[in-house]
Amino acid sequence: MEINELTKIASQVRRDIVRMVHGCQSGHPGGSLGCADFLVALYFNQMKHDPAFNMDAAGEDIFFLSNGHISPVFYSVLARSGYFDIVELATFRKINSRVQGHPATHEHLPGIRIASGSLGQGLSVAIGAAITKKRHKDPSIIYTLHGDGELQEGQIWEAAMFAPHHKIDNLIMTIDVNGQQIDGPVEKIMSLGNLRAKFEAFGWEVMHSEGNDMASITIALQQAKLNTGKGKPICNLMQTQMGFGVDFMMGSHKWHGVAPNDEQLIAALAQLPETLGDY
Amino acid sequence: MKKYTYTDQKDTRSGFGVGLLEAGRENPNVVALCADLIGSLKMDAFIKEFPERFTQVGIAEANMMGIAAGMTIGGAIPFTGTFANFSTGRVYDQIRQSIAYSEKNVKICASHAGLTLGEDGATHQILEDIGMMKMLPGMVVINPCDFNQTKAATIAIAKYKGPVYLRFGRPVIPVFTAPDQVFEIGKAWMVNEGKDVTIVATGHLVWEAILAGEILETMGIDAEIINIHTIKPLDEAAILKSVAKTGCIVSAEEHNRFGGLGDSIAQLLITKHLAPQEYIAVDDSFGESGKPSDLMKKYGLDAESIVKAVQKVIARKGV
Repeated sequence: MEINELTKIASQVRRDIVRMVHGCQSGHPGGSLGCADFLVALYFNQMKHDPAFNMDAAGEDIFFLSNGHISPVFYSVLARSGYFDIVELATFRKINSRVQGHPATHEHLPGIRIASGSLGQGLSVAIGAAITKKRHKDPSIIYTLHGDGELQEGQIWEAAMFAPHHKIDNLIMTIDVNGQQIDGPVEKIMSLGNLRAKFEAFGWEVMHSEGNDMASITIALQQAKLNTGKGKPICNLMQTQMGFGVDFMMGSHKWHGVAPNDEQLIAALAQLPETLGDY
Repeated sequence: MKKYTYTDQKDTRSGFGVGLLEAGRENPNVVALCADLIGSLKMDAFIKEFPERFTQVGIAEANMMGIAAGMTIGGAIPFTGTFANFSTGRVYDQIRQSIAYSEKNVKICASHAGLTLGEDGATHQILEDIGMMKMLPGMVVINPCDFNQTKAATIAIAKYKGPVYLRFGRPVIPVFTAPDQVFEIGKAWMVNEGKDVTIVATGHLVWEAILAGEILETMGIDAEIINIHTIKPLDEAAILKSVAKTGCIVSAEEHNRFGGLGDSIAQLLITKHLAPQEYIAVDDSFGESGKPSDLMKKYGLDAESIVKAVQKVIARKGV
């Protein structure tokens, strides 16, 4: 798909995100907006996947969202890819919905393969799926997304140690480096230091991408894919801005988990062209 | 009292090892993971025969649970192996979110449960694991009574689809159940029919209950003994039927009295059939170092303690 087509989809996804969060006055718009370009590039350009959802995903690439709180972007991209009807996005975080606050398999929403929300667990899950792929001689690729703040969880580093040791080279981990977490800037709350050096020291192939530039992220994902199968897991340090696309939400932790009011919704939507049609 | 004899004494963890190998032979989707305790979990035979189906995770149990959950996507049936303490308390949130809530077909196999791991002491002697696991929606909780039953249970859980917690231990105890038994998840096993009191026991306390039954017989008390190898789902019908006949019950387990089998029984009785109950369980304390048999005695988990509890509960009948 052409870059400008992907960009149009991303704009619609961003509209979905702010509308979903506004609709239930709850949820996490900041990280969702920041990762819209990545998820659109992944699902509309990069991954081999079938919206006629099958849990086992034989012959398909798999994506795991480890930082489950950015569920709005995940749900929008899944719906826009055809996993379920976009009208269901309106039920986000409401009672009797399959579109739970954090991604879950429990209500059998197509596209979700593991629950996430409690942070730090997705990389381990992805490694497990990657091992099963290898055992089945399925050449598909496993993708993950993590928040940078999430790396403060110890389990991430257990998994980071495991993957190179066991040569899990069908795995592309992307870290959303937006520098923000709930209580403030990551550097102030709990510094991560030099992430490139850390992952390289653990034995990963590390790369960098600009996550809010559709051309850059698309090329980066293609490059990452070319680097699979070479004995090392791949870590994509993706620079983004929390809240990207809505000027008053950008670059601050304040919009990590706050919903816009009616006025703010109008102001946000004015900056995001409707391209595919609202739900 | 039905006579139970044994010619052999073995640890239940070895039953797991043999069962795992057999489950692996029966189904190529069965895979195993271990967190640096292969020897303790008796996983060597499986690893030798199926090296490509084994994953060594190192000392990283949280990662192991997540990897096991992920492996199920694509059809693998992972069996995780580590001590009961590191299989539950240490990784509760990983089990809760990635396995139980996500409805993944993972078999959490836990050795060295309870006081009877002995000399290592309280850091390793988990007495809260049954409670934690049975509280998770959809989790099956199994605690077999001897080597043969642990082997049979291991084979059975590979055929069941859904998360399972399988608890076993280190002490060498009599092998008194049939080697060729078919294990039915959730189906209580009648050890001895009696009329004066019901004793429901789980794990190796079943053998202590049998010893207690023999002592009680000499005292003129006819005990019905039931092996509750599956704590969840509980065989409510078997328990209610027995209590309707005997009018009182003693529960016996190597677990804290809060949250274990005893509490499941009490909840059942209070809602379905009121009857006096006594608990054989650890009285809300941590364990300590010592020989397994000495610990069983000190913490009131032996046959003698069961006899006393039976006398007490019978005295409460009709009061």
